[in-house]
Amino acid sequence: MISQLTVFLENEKGRLAAACRTVSEAGINMHALNVADTADFGVVRMLTDTPDAAAEALLAAGYRATVTPVLAVRVPNRPGGLASLLEFMDEQGTNVEYGYCFSVNEDMAIDVLKVDGESNIEEKLVAAGFEPVQPEEIYELG
Amino acid sequence: MYYQPDIETMPREQLRALQLEHMQKSVQHAYDNVAFYRASFQEAGVEPGDLTSLEDLAKFPFVVKQDMRDAYPFGLFAVPKKDVARIHASSGTTGQATVVGHTASDLKNWGDCFARGIAMVGGDENSTIQVSYGYGLFTGGLGAHAGGEAMGCSVIPTSSGNTKRQVQMMKDCGTDILACTPSYALLIADTAIEMGYDPATEFKISGGIFGAEPASDNMREEIASKLGIQYCDVYGLSEIMGPGVAMECAERAGLHVAEDHFYCEILNPETLQPVPDGEWGELVITTLTRECCPLVRYRTRDVTRIISEPCACGRTHRKIDQLRGRTDDMLIIRGVNVFPSQIEQVITGFPEIATHYQIILTTRGPLDHVELQVETEPDFPIDEIRRIEDLKRRLGVELKSNLQVSVEVKIVEPKTIARSEGKAKRVIDLREGK
Repeated sequence: MISQLTVFLENEKGRLAAACRTVSEAGINMHALNVADTADFGVVRMLTDTPDAAAEALLAAGYRATVTPVLAVRVPNRPGGLASLLEFMDEQGTNVEYGYCFSVNEDMAIDVLKVDGESNIEEKLVAAGFEPVQPEEIYELG
Repeated sequence: MYYQPDIETMPREQLRALQLEHMQKSVQHAYDNVAFYRASFQEAGVEPGDLTSLEDLAKFPFVVKQDMRDAYPFGLFAVPKKDVARIHASSGTTGQATVVGHTASDLKNWGDCFARGIAMVGGDENSTIQVSYGYGLFTGGLGAHAGGEAMGCSVIPTSSGNTKRQVQMMKDCGTDILACTPSYALLIADTAIEMGYDPATEFKISGGIFGAEPASDNMREEIASKLGIQYCDVYGLSEIMGPGVAMECAERAGLHVAEDHFYCEILNPETLQPVPDGEWGELVITTLTRECCPLVRYRTRDVTRIISEPCACGRTHRKIDQLRGRTDDMLIIRGVNVFPSQIEQVITGFPEIATHYQIILTTRGPLDHVELQVETEPDFPIDEIRRIEDLKRRLGVELKSNLQVSVEVKIVEPKTIARSEGKAKRVIDLREGK
């Protein structure tokens, strides 16, 4: 599992920019960002260097921010990479709450998944030949 | 179990006859001795002699807070200076201070009214009452003190402040009954717990008489369970007397008005016409026995209702319900009366929601639109949109069923809602024509 930074924002002009500025002013780099929006609020999920420090910086600036454990899996950057992973999760009966992906380079992409409940899914993934990402690998991406 | 059984359980008809007799005397006394009443009665075309039934009182003009300010300091006194035993004054935070005088008889009646509440929480002459209301111009401290003395209790006049010493006195002196504001009661309870005690089981205390500021049901529950006591809500206002005008018995379903001393009416705040028992409106009080400052139809601006059904405790004096707020706070939304206190009550039932909130009223087409802005508590799982949406939905349903008005719930970022040291600005009315 890796640590993802989650920020609650009102769905108002300029809020995302302000939150990103707060993270940057703390000297923290971002690797991925995903926004889930509703009519009046949005939930922003980010992968950053030092997610705990990022959450602290945001809390200090008055944001509602937290660190959430998510599963990150390295997949080959070709058609079907994500589909195979999701099919495997489905076979294991593991529900995926949300997910997003980003390409690291021409050969590799990373799929980030929020899975329900506490499980030994990482071990099962390794056993099935998948490559769960370790925290330090993400933070070193920059 | 009663302090004055003959009076407190007097048959209704007899009590009404007593009220009329006292009312006729009191209105005459006011008219004879206070120029203000002579002028206001004359203007309304009434005389004390017009009062032949309790209902006739509705013909008489009102007294409002501003009249008392205008009469500062002694304009409404109906007795010569030599008969004035004590003077209390309101803080004047919202305007000119007001002064209220008491004769020796007024003070005795006050003690009796409060002592009835001491009996309601099971107190008697063997009880020790700790008065942690402030003593001074504020009526809380001396009012509760008079009640304790009238009952024959041992009174500990700790006044407010120095909370650790309050706890120590409470423990060492075996306090049975605590009298103070609800917020101070909670602070005392929390301080006792911080000091390593469990007051609910380790202290002798069994009753609490709390008033002078609003408290939600949840706050009352919290105080009662932390201290392990029966909670008695007390109503009073310095213009009328002080704490003891109405007090809550063990049935916990309203506050018995001391009807031998006070006559209550409930009026529609818009039309100022009386409403039937059970309907909410503004409480208007006429004092029946006060010598120094008799008040005829004083508009309290407090909103409550009369509960006229007989009470299981055996007292025949009618009850008023827990105050809902002040008429000044009342919002009329789509023709429905809504008090911010009702919204607060609903919010306190949601531990996920922080206590800060703001109501934004706007006009959408022909209709009023209500938006309630709230914040989640810091530990609420914001990562799960489903949980946030579910919280919004549940809060909306609960508000609709309590207020009879649809409210759009908006969860906002922390600190969106301005914090303030004193009274928070809870309502922003942006409706057209307001």
